[in-house]
Amino acid sequence: MTASALAGVPTEPGSAKPDPLLVVDGVRRDFGGMRAVDVEHLEIQRGVVTGLIGPNGAGKTTLFNLLTGFDRPTAGRWRFDGHDVTGLPAHRLARRGMVRTFQLTRVLARLTVVENMKLAATGQRGERLLNALLRPLWGAQEAEIEQRADALLERFRLDTRRDEYAGYLSGGQRKLLEMARALMVDPALVLLDEPMAGVNPALRQDLLGHIDGLREGGRTVLFVEHDMDVVMEISDWVVCMAQGRVIAEGPPASIMGNVDVIDAYLGTRHDEPGFREGQ
Amino acid sequence: MDLLVILSDAGRGAFGPVAAIYALAAVGLNIHFGYTGLLNFGQVGFLLVGAYGVAVTVSVFGGPLWLGVLVGIAASVVLALLLGLPTLRLRSDYLAIATIAAGEVLRIVFNAGFAAPVTGGVFGLQQFANAFYALNPIPRGSYGIGAWAFSQRDLWVMLVGWGGVAVATLGVFLLARSPWGRVLRSVREDEDAARSLGKNVYGYKMQSLVLGGVIGAFAGMLLAVDAQAVAPNTFNPEVTFNMYALLILGGAGTVLGPVLGSVIFWFLLTFADSALRQAQGAGYLPEVVSAADVGALRFALVGLLLMLLLVYRPQGILGDAQQMRLEAGAGGIPGGKRRRRGRVREEAAR
Repeated sequence: MTASALAGVPTEPGSAKPDPLLVVDGVRRDFGGMRAVDVEHLEIQRGVVTGLIGPNGAGKTTLFNLLTGFDRPTAGRWRFDGHDVTGLPAHRLARRGMVRTFQLTRVLARLTVVENMKLAATGQRGERLLNALLRPLWGAQEAEIEQRADALLERFRLDTRRDEYAGYLSGGQRKLLEMARALMVDPALVLLDEPMAGVNPALRQDLLGHIDGLREGGRTVLFVEHDMDVVMEISDWVVCMAQGRVIAEGPPASIMGNVDVIDAYLGTRHDEPGFREGQ
Repeated sequence: MDLLVILSDAGRGAFGPVAAIYALAAVGLNIHFGYTGLLNFGQVGFLLVGAYGVAVTVSVFGGPLWLGVLVGIAASVVLALLLGLPTLRLRSDYLAIATIAAGEVLRIVFNAGFAAPVTGGVFGLQQFANAFYALNPIPRGSYGIGAWAFSQRDLWVMLVGWGGVAVATLGVFLLARSPWGRVLRSVREDEDAARSLGKNVYGYKMQSLVLGGVIGAFAGMLLAVDAQAVAPNTFNPEVTFNMYALLILGGAGTVLGPVLGSVIFWFLLTFADSALRQAQGAGYLPEVVSAADVGALRFALVGLLLMLLLVYRPQGILGDAQQMRLEAGAGGIPGGKRRRRGRVREEAAR
């Protein structure tokens, strides 16, 4: 399934997709009297890159937290790959193939880069306490995992820092490591929370290439991003949130001129600089 | 002052039964604190249930020693579950509060009058380890060189104690380099990241708490057997803090850290004790220091030494300086490299 599958999809909030991987229904999250997220219906098409935009406080990260099991919704359900996964704990969702990264990178500082990678592999026999004592039970699998980790490290150009503690990586390298690490889980859906935040232009091109590579590899990507150039360049589909709701969705070009989107960024929040590139 | 006496005293302290007991308990604490990042401030509570498991089973109910050991293990598992179930989903500080409270509650309850028929109250229980000493294969006598000597009884306890330390340390060595140990360390670094990669953080924290607690219970059993007596007030909170001191001294999160830490800690403590007593006896100390003050003074001296060590080697003796810098929140370039790069820059300037 590719971007062309989205050709006939209506550009309105909550529109149905031909082959949705993730379907969100009536998900709400209240913090006291504040309704942070209120998504009536949202479908994420399989095999494409969907950008999630919106002004600060629109509820994008909260929605991420809800969908990935890091927060509990006040109401609502969502299905992943045809199964209802509402309320599953975060680690179960990750094992099912839904992996997230964080806005502020979370590398495991006192593990080496390659350990960070190997940790992320799922179904490891040696992760059971009694098996762990007996290397023959997991040694072969470990070698296989290490090979996969090394291949990914090379692809993300982190192989030279393989045996260093991850805490000594630069900010950009941490972003790369987090993305590479997420791939070790072999996810169907990758949720990237501001992958380009605080990244220099050269590395930004790298990261764009890697996101492209995810799509090429058949994975679905949902990412939150403030940099409009990035969103326009890489997304097949864009969803715009404001005040917890989905206010618009469509192909990148149609979102640029959408009145609701411009209003959301400029109409009610004059102090929001995020949309300047789109004007 | 006789330096030989002081050294042989210190040597006895460093390798005696008590050092083995503390080393074993600290191996358990190292699994909690060093590898998983769990702040357990009530390790002494696990020692208590282990010790009383043996004592109560044998001297109150007349059961065999092996049953007492099983009871001690079971009690420590139950204690770990009771502590872990409500707190391990919360931030780490809650476990710290719960464990320090649980340790004190256990001590006070075992002290209380209403529990006296089972626990012996404040006087505790005695003479329950005869079966253990009946197994002693070492012939009667004194073993060692000159003043540095142990009775066959001490030697038997040391043999079992250090044997237990060796087995536990080997276990930790195997676990630490396994994928299981990797998950524990990832939990220590960042729970949310571990969770986002599909690891059941709660389950791993529970396994860690139970495993370290059971090792602590074995240390408690050994403590009870060594003294042939248990009394609640042996199990003061400071026991836990001494274990933290020696664990950090040796290097938290290293395989041999707790063992080396215990040996050095008890060497220093008995050295200071013996030296101060000799000095006091010979009249070297000012008169304001009475014989009774020596006990307190030795802790002050050891405290000073520990502080000096931590100022100059905060990662402990076996710890990794690079890891320590990361723990302190420093990022960027490892210390050694930074210096090298600095040198390169200097050379370039020339």
